[in-house]
Parts: sequence; structure tokens; C-alpha cells
Amino acid sequence: MHLQVSQVSKSFGEGRDRKLVLENISFELVSGQFMALVGSSGSGKSTVMRLIAGLERPSEGTIQLDGVPVRRPGSDRGMVFQKYSLYPWLTAAQNVAFGLSLQGRDRSEIRERTAYFLDVVGLADAARLLPRELSGGMQQRVAIARALATEPKVLLLDEPFGALDLQIRESMQEFLHDLWKRTGLTALLITHDIEEALLLAGTVHIMAPRPGRIVHTVDVQLDRSDLRHLRVSQPFLELREELASRLRSLDGSLL
Amino acid sequence: MARSPALRRFVSHPWVLGVLGILTVFLVWWLVTASGMVDKLFLPGPGAVWLAGSDQFQRGILVADALASIKRVFIGFVISAGLALPIGIAMGTNRTICHFLEPLMALIRYMPAPAFIPLLIIYFGLEELPKVMLIFIGTFFFNTLMIMDAVKFVPSELVETALTLGGRGLPILTRVVAPYIAPQVLDTYRINMASAWNLVIVAELVAANEGLGKRISLAQRFLRTDEIFVGLIVIGLIGLMIDLGFRFMMRRACSWAN
Repeated sequence: MHLQVSQVSKSFGEGRDRKLVLENISFELVSGQFMALVGSSGSGKSTVMRLIAGLERPSEGTIQLDGVPVRRPGSDRGMVFQKYSLYPWLTAAQNVAFGLSLQGRDRSEIRERTAYFLDVVGLADAARLLPRELSGGMQQRVAIARALATEPKVLLLDEPFGALDLQIRESMQEFLHDLWKRTGLTALLITHDIEEALLLAGTVHIMAPRPGRIVHTVDVQLDRSDLRHLRVSQPFLELREELASRLRSLDGSLL
Repeated sequence: MARSPALRRFVSHPWVLGVLGILTVFLVWWLVTASGMVDKLFLPGPGAVWLAGSDQFQRGILVADALASIKRVFIGFVISAGLALPIGIAMGTNRTICHFLEPLMALIRYMPAPAFIPLLIIYFGLEELPKVMLIFIGTFFFNTLMIMDAVKFVPSELVETALTLGGRGLPILTRVVAPYIAPQVLDTYRINMASAWNLVIVAELVAANEGLGKRISLAQRFLRTDEIFVGLIVIGLIGLMIDLGFRFMMRRACSWAN
């Protein structure tokens, strides 16, 4: 798998109202990589994700997945939204099965895969529950299972834990890291939380707003054997502080 | 106030209080008429109304009238609801169609449906068609615009999720939009059914051979206030039953939305 984003710009609106939201974004993502885009609101990080998902088209530049230009949404790029994306009338299992049945896979295959991916996210017991009967963290795990069930080449995570309480967010981060280690998935994470990005991603791009652009890239070399320990370790805290001050200076220059 | 928990639970049950409210009005009605304060010609007692009602029932008029009115409402409303659904969905999903139709519908919606009655009689005579048309005119535009709104408020994440799972076009409509708006559509129908029921009575007051509204206007001619009361109560009861029927359907079909 090779996702290539080259010199992508995006503007919304026409004529005098035309507004440049992304300028010259380039990066590459390969199989098994976990990458994060970090930026404050208005940095266009969600737009990057929507462009890759095919929900928007770039104004300039190209996005290619394994050499094929992205023209529209497809199940090879699974997406997890911040919230409200489970179908409230379907049970957890039916939500996970939704993409498979849209693709017209046969019944026994759907049943098998649904059970497997519910198990992968640790929700085998919740199969028959409706989304409103699940906690916020469990709902996002179902959303992740649903995106994984169609076996996308890359998983796009748009602030997946942004709406969760701090404690649940931390356990979800550990869950996602564990999932990545177990399944070897390829992921692109959008977040405004530097800590989250450093904990999970091997490569972190820092984005600046107005217009959105990548201003700094870090290859994170940290020992991730124990995330709880890593969170409070000295090198982690130093790196976090360094990036936080960079983000602050970006915001400060706008005031 | 209720002392024991059992009694308190009983009283706080919504049905108990609701029935109590209705019984209170009946009691006052009975007291006022039994005391002889009001001329029986203007306000007949509950007993007289009951007798008038059972007399109409035994002669078969009551059922025939009710069926005639229900049939008109049913035909008019089914056409209205059936057309409003695809057009409302089309307006909610397609901006061009919406811009083309919305001002027109918003305009007609504010023309009171009963004001169409003279025109409908001139065009279609005194048979069933003008009454069915009136119900259609009186509910179609509301149904359509309310369904359009329901479609517009489908969260974009739900549609976009389906797109990223490999969905397109029609399956998204039938498997995402339709189930999401189902509770609102049923509620739209429930609300607009009330005006359909109003309109059929209005139409029958103006011109009809049978129907609950027709019976009321006949009763007025002969100063039979007891029969007017029969008509009013039966109309209310049928309306209430339709309303409860819709609520029941909603609970059964869309339990996730409660």
C-alpha cells in the first residue's frame, strides 16, 4: 500500500469569497505506518482527511493510492468520524456488517467477519446492543470495527476520541495502539492532541493554520512497550513540550 | 395528596390522570344539565346524547357516516402521503429540485385549503372527488415540506460513512436516509392527519350526502343539538384512535428513536 499526497491545495468558494484552506500539502504513507496530523482548529487537517477519503476533490495537486488517483470515496479507505456516525437503528453487529452488506458479500461471510471484527475490538458481548445502549468509547470501537471489516488499505481516523472523556480517551489510545500492533493496520490520525499523536504515531506532521500547511515533521522514536509509562517518561514529556511550544508560537503569530 | 407509594404510582400514571381529566368534564357537563340551569335545547345532557348516539347506531347511520368520512380521509391522505414521500426526499437531496419547488409550495401552503372548496365544487361537482382533492391540497404541501426538512437534517456523517464503506446512490437512500427519516415521516403523517380529518368535516358541512360533517349540518337545521354532540364526540374519538395508531406504529417500527 502506498498513499501519495503531492502538492495538494484546496480552496473553497468562488471569486472574492474564495478561501485557501490548504496549501501545498505533501506526504507519503506506506503499509503498516501510523501517521498523525496535528494542528489547531482551522489548520485544515480534517480537510486533508476528507480529500484522501474522496469526499472532497483537491483544487490542485494529486492524491494517489497505489498509483491510482483518488476520485471518489471507496472502501479501500476506511474512515472513522469523531462522533454520531453509527447507524442508530442498527445493532452493533449490524453496524459492523453494514459495509460488507453494501458490497453484497454473501451472508455466511458477513456473519463470520462481523463476529471476527467485533471480537477484535473486544465487543463480542455487545453484538445485539443498539448504539444508544453503548458508551461513547464502545461506540467508537464499533465504528473502528465497521471501518476495518471491509479491509481498507488505510484507516482514516478523524479525531476519533475527541468527544470522549479524558479517562476513556486514554484507554482508547491504548486500545488503538494495541490494535495497530496486533493487526498491522495502516493508519492516518487527525488530532489536536499532541500527546495522542506522539503516543500512537511513528511520524507526526504539525500543521499551521490560514492557510493549512505542514510546517514541521517529527519521526518519533520512543519505546512504546508500555503506553502508561511512556506518558510520564522524560523523553516523551520533553518532545511533547517542544511540539506544544511550536504550536503555541504558530497560534501566537496570528494574534 | 397520595400517601401510600402504590396509590401515588397509580395516580402518577399518565393514563389515570388523562381519564380523570375527561371524567371531570363529563361530571361538570352532567351537573350543569341535571341542575336545569341551561335549556336542554341548547345543551343536552350526557344521557340524551347517549340516546341520540345509540339511536343513530341502531339505524346504521352512525357507522355509514363514519365510514364515508374515514374513506375520504383515507383516499385523500394516502395519495398525499404517497406523493409527498418521493417529492420530499427529492427536494431534500437535490438542491436544484428544492430551489425549483420550495417557493411554489411555500406559497400554496399558505392558501387556506377550505378556500379551495368553491373552486373544487365548480370543477368537480358534488361527488367524492372534490372532497378527496381538498384533503390532498390541505395536506400534500405540509407533508412534502416536512419530509424535505427531515431529509435535510440527516447527519452528513451517516451518509459519508456509507460512502466510505463503498455505498453509492440508491442503496444510500434506502439504507441510510429512509430508515433515519422514518420516525419523522410517521410523525409528519400523524400531525397532518389531524388537518385531513378537519378538512373532511368542513367539506361535508358544505356539500355531501353522508358523512359525520353532513350529519352535523343536518342536525343544525333541525336544532338537534344532541346529534351535534354525537357527531363531535365520534369525530374526536376516531381522530384520537388514528393518532394512537400512528404512535403505536412509531413505537413498533422505530424503537431506536425513542
